[in-house]
Amino acid sequence: MPRYYTDEHEWIDVEDDVATVGITEYAQGQLGDIVFVELPEVGAMIEQGKDAAVVESVKAASDVYAPITGEVTETNAALEEDPALVNASPEDAGWFFKMTIAAPAELDKLMDEDGYKAFVEDL
Amino acid sequence: MSDHDTEDHLEDIPLDALPLDAWHRARGARMVPFAGYEMPIQYEGIVAEHNWTRENAGLFDVSHMGQLVLSGPDLDAAVEAVLPIDLSTLKLGQQRYSLLLDEEGGVLDDLMVSRWPEALYLVVNGATKWDDMGTLREALPDDITLNYLDDRALLALQGPKAADALARHANGEYPLSALTFMKFGQFKLAGHDVTIARAGYTGEDGFEISLPSDAAAEIADLLCAEPEVKPIGLGARDSLRLEAGLPLYGHDLTPETSPIEAGLVFGINKRRRTEGGYPGADRINREIAEGTARKWVGLKLDGRLPAREGAEVFSGADKIGTVTSGGFSPTLGAPIAMAYVASEHAAIGTALEVEVRGKRLAATVSPTPFVPHRYFRGS
Repeated sequence: MPRYYTDEHEWIDVEDDVATVGITEYAQGQLGDIVFVELPEVGAMIEQGKDAAVVESVKAASDVYAPITGEVTETNAALEEDPALVNASPEDAGWFFKMTIAAPAELDKLMDEDGYKAFVEDL
Repeated sequence: MSDHDTEDHLEDIPLDALPLDAWHRARGARMVPFAGYEMPIQYEGIVAEHNWTRENAGLFDVSHMGQLVLSGPDLDAAVEAVLPIDLSTLKLGQQRYSLLLDEEGGVLDDLMVSRWPEALYLVVNGATKWDDMGTLREALPDDITLNYLDDRALLALQGPKAADALARHANGEYPLSALTFMKFGQFKLAGHDVTIARAGYTGEDGFEISLPSDAAAEIADLLCAEPEVKPIGLGARDSLRLEAGLPLYGHDLTPETSPIEAGLVFGINKRRRTEGGYPGADRINREIAEGTARKWVGLKLDGRLPAREGAEVFSGADKIGTVTSGGFSPTLGAPIAMAYVASEHAAIGTALEVEVRGKRLAATVSPTPFVPHRYFRGS
């Protein structure tokens, strides 16, 4: 299952016609202790590069952008009870939402794992 | 992912390094621009550092703050013309909270004033220190000398175990335990002359240590070698002071707020309330007598979503106030905020709503401090 990354530190897993979205290990480290995650509504249409979710850490609120365009099909209910799951397991149990893939070509603009690793090392 | 906060982004202003800059970096601090300096926002994480300070002792570098010394003939009268303080009751070895006000009674800064022999020592906020020096220089007679102690660093050691850790190293004419809240004295730390005040900005017992900048790393190492002590960043400093219900200048206090609105009437010493004779006295004394249209209050929010500075406060459909500080309280495990609200909605227990990104969050006017102060007033 291919995983792609954005330069805003979101990751996206693609399996058939469904994508799962979260934020990266680097992102959670930058944000610090996460106390609340505001997820999009199931059924919402989100657009590549536009606001999709908000992460509240102790110190600030940060936007999470949609890595691609599509419809939100499911959100991670576990984050409601335990937002710190994003700190503990950002790239697995701390996923944010699942979505459809409206324009598969948008994935071509994203980085693969090696590309993202190099990108973070340069920051 | 991107940060909503832009207010502290001062990229176009050259940043200075504090005396402990390298020390912070060596300890893994994440440095951010603050008050014209690069300062440590956190080391291991804000919540861990916050909790450590509430349970043990945290060392904060607050060397960005301005340490000023005033001296000269008729010093007390000259300073009383500028600050609403009663210096006749400030004895040698005592420290007191005061306010720098403009002619309209707006807050230019909040500060600490200490009585030194033949001098007054002031600690002012870092972001306002240059303006404060200008204001003071202009307002004070020419024969009053204003010294900026730019060769001194300032460290705060805060928390219930701060006294134990510091007492192992502080040597003076009397034991550290003789200092009670808002008293200070001269001590030696690792052979260096330091001034230690029993005060702070966390609500905990603790100390503020003024020391030579070139001894800062040695003394910070000495204190952090104690098992109770860890370095703590600005992030936890903010969440600790918010729980303690203490105002942050530039956010909760500005030239657009009066100290009476902010509940800081204790900063206008009793004799000065009747005598006046300081900037803004007319307005301040009128507000003390008649009350203010708005008040600074604590809010506890339902749920987990914090309301930040700028969030609007509602009673039904009416906008009745604005949040000036807000965040998530690690101690309470819930969001808390401070807000100016219309005085008719300021009573403890009043149900209000705060709007965050178009959502209305239930909030209740709550007593402050949110977490009780634990100052050492004597055993």
